[in-house]
Amino acid sequence: MRAFLARAPQVVLRAAPPPLRWAASPQGMLTILVLAAAAIFPLAVTNQSTNSIAFQTLIFVCAASAWNIFSGYSGYIALGHAVFFGSGAYAAGIAAERWHVTGGAEFALLPLAAAVAALIAVPFGLIALRVRRHTFVVITIAIFFIFQLMAFNLTGVTNGTIGLNAPFLLWDPVTFDQRFYYLALGLAVATIALSWLIKGSRFGLQLRAIRDDEDRAASLGVRAMPVKLTAFGISGAITGLAGALWFFFIDQVLPQSGFDPLFDLTVALMAFLGGLGTISGPVLGALIIEPAQQYMTTAFTNSYLSQILLGALFLAVVLFVPRGLIPTVADKARGWIERRRSGGRGVAGPASADVRSSADIPASADVPARTDVPASEGTPR
Amino acid sequence: MSALLSATGISKAYGGVQALDGCTVEVEAGSITALIGPNGSGKTTLFNVITGYDRPDAGEVYYAGGRITGFSPQRVFAVGIGRTFQLTRIFPRLTVLENMIIAAQHSGGFRGVAPPGRLSGGFRGVAPPGRHSGGVRRFRNPLARAGGPADRRRAMELLEFTGIAGHAGKLAGTLSYGQRKLLELSYVLVADPAIVLLDEPAGGVNPSLINQLADRIRELNAAGKTFLIVEHNMGFVMGLCHRIAVLDSGTIVATGTPSVIRNDPRVLDAYLGTATDDAEDRDDRPG
Repeated sequence: MRAFLARAPQVVLRAAPPPLRWAASPQGMLTILVLAAAAIFPLAVTNQSTNSIAFQTLIFVCAASAWNIFSGYSGYIALGHAVFFGSGAYAAGIAAERWHVTGGAEFALLPLAAAVAALIAVPFGLIALRVRRHTFVVITIAIFFIFQLMAFNLTGVTNGTIGLNAPFLLWDPVTFDQRFYYLALGLAVATIALSWLIKGSRFGLQLRAIRDDEDRAASLGVRAMPVKLTAFGISGAITGLAGALWFFFIDQVLPQSGFDPLFDLTVALMAFLGGLGTISGPVLGALIIEPAQQYMTTAFTNSYLSQILLGALFLAVVLFVPRGLIPTVADKARGWIERRRSGGRGVAGPASADVRSSADIPASADVPARTDVPASEGTPR
Repeated sequence: MSALLSATGISKAYGGVQALDGCTVEVEAGSITALIGPNGSGKTTLFNVITGYDRPDAGEVYYAGGRITGFSPQRVFAVGIGRTFQLTRIFPRLTVLENMIIAAQHSGGFRGVAPPGRLSGGFRGVAPPGRHSGGVRRFRNPLARAGGPADRRRAMELLEFTGIAGHAGKLAGTLSYGQRKLLELSYVLVADPAIVLLDEPAGGVNPSLINQLADRIRELNAAGKTFLIVEHNMGFVMGLCHRIAVLDSGTIVATGTPSVIRNDPRVLDAYLGTATDDAEDRDDRPG
C-alpha cells in the first residue's frame, strides 16, 4: 500500500502529456518561476533606474543567447557580434531618418534591422568561417573594427561622431520603461525558445558535431559551411534586432556605443560564465553580469574600474569554472544526489547483505517503472 | 569475382618521402581483405587516398566500376565507402546515440549510387559515381527533432549489434578506448556502406573485445559487406581475412590467402621479421 502511494503520483505524471510532465520537473518549475518573476517585475518595482537596468539586462539576455546559438553550439568563438548589434541600431536609425519614420511606427523597422544584420552575416561569415579557432577569433575582431571605422568615417550615412537619434516616442514617461521592458522580455523569451528548439534539432546536432570534429562531420555528410553560415546569420539577426530595440530605448547611437568592443567581450563572457553551449547558461550569465556592470558604472566615479573587474571576472571564470556555472553546478548536484543515494544503501548494507543481494533484482527492475532514471544510474559507482 | 574497390598505381609523396609508390590493391566484393605491412609502409596513406582525405600524385581509385579519384571524403562516404580511423574520430561531447544520428545524414536525403551488397535504405536511384554531384536533395525541416524514430531504431539496433547499446545515453567521450572503436564502427554502419575500411580496429583493444569485433565483422561479411582492414594483430588478420595484401615501402610486395602469405619469404623478410638475414632490414620492423 505504501509502495503504491509512493508510486501513484509518478504514474500519473508518466501518463500526462509531455508539457505537463516538463512543468512538474525541477527544470520546468524553475523556468515557470523565473518567467513569472520576470513578467511581474516592472509592476512590482516601479523605480525607473531599476527598470532601465532590467531592460538592458534583457537586451543582453537576447544578445548572449543569440551569441551562444552560433558560438556556443558550433565552438567558433566570435568576438565581433557588436557588428550585428551596431548594424541593427544604425539600420533602424538610418531608415527612420531617410523615411521620416516617427513615433511608434519605428517598431516596424525592427524586422529591417534583423534583415540587415543577417545580410551582413553572409559576407562576414563567408570570409571568417573559412578559418578556425584563434584565426577565426582574430578575423572577427578585425571585421568588427572595420565596421566601427565605417561608422566613424562614412559621415554621409552614419553622421560620423555625432551619431543618430531615434524617432521621438510620445509615451508617458511612467510607462515608457515598462513597455520597453515587455518588448525586450518578449524578444528574450523568443530567443531562448529558438535556442532550445535549435539545440534539440537536426540542425543543432550538426552544429555540435562541427564543434567536436568538423572534418569528420563533413565526411559523414554534414554540409559544414551552410550549417555554420545559417547559425551565424540567425545569431546575427537576433543581435541586430536587440541592437535596434536598445537604440530606440537609449534614443541615440554613436559609433563607439553601437560598435562597442566591450559588447563583443561581454556577450562572450556571459555565455562562458553561465555555460557555453547550454540554453540557460548565457541567460544566467547576462542576469549576473549586466546588472553588476550597470551598478558599478553608477556606483564608482571611475568608469574604468568596472572594466577592470570585468576582465578579472573573465580570468576567474577561465581558471575556476572553465565549463561555466550551469554545467559545473549540475554535475555537483548530480554527484551529491548519487552519493546520498548510495550512502543510504551503504548504512543499511552490512546488516542485511544477503537480503540486499536477493532484493536487488526486483528493486532495480522496478526503477524504470517509477521514474525516468535508468536502473544503472541508481547503483553506486 | 569482380573488384568492388580498386586502387591502381597510386603514388603519393609528402615532401621528400615517397609514402606510396605505384601501389595497386584490389578488394573483391564480399571479401574481407587485409592490408598489412611495417609501420610507415603507407597503409594509412592508402586509406586516406581511397577515402578522399589525400589526393594521389598518380594513379586512380575505382569503386563499383566508377572512378572516384579525388572525391571529397563526404562524396566517398556517400557512394558507399565507410571508414574508421586508427585514432578513433568520434564526437566526444555528443552522446553515443547522437553520434549515430550524425552519421545518418544521408538517409533519405540523397540521390546517388546503389552499390552492391547494400542491406537497406540510404540512397535512392542508381547513378554512376561520377554523376553523384548532380544529385537532388530533398528538403527536410531543419528544426525537426534530431533523428526520426526510424533513424533511432536503426541506431539502437546497430548499437545492440556491436554491444554498446547500454551506453547510448552517455557522452561518447566517456567511453573506453575499445568502446570508442566499436562506436566508430557502429556509426559508420549507420549509413550502410557497401565496403568498410577499418584502420587498426584491434589496436589497443582487450582480447575479449577483439574476438567480439571479429565475430561482428564475420557476421556483417556474411550479410554481404566487404571489408578492407589494416591491422598489426596477426592472429586477428590470419583468422578473419580471406585475402591479404602486404605493403612495404609504398608498394605491394605480395597478395594471397593467409596460408600463402604466412609462408611467403618476401613477406617474412619485409614484415614478420622472422626471416633469415640481416641487420639493415631490422630497421623496418614494427616497433
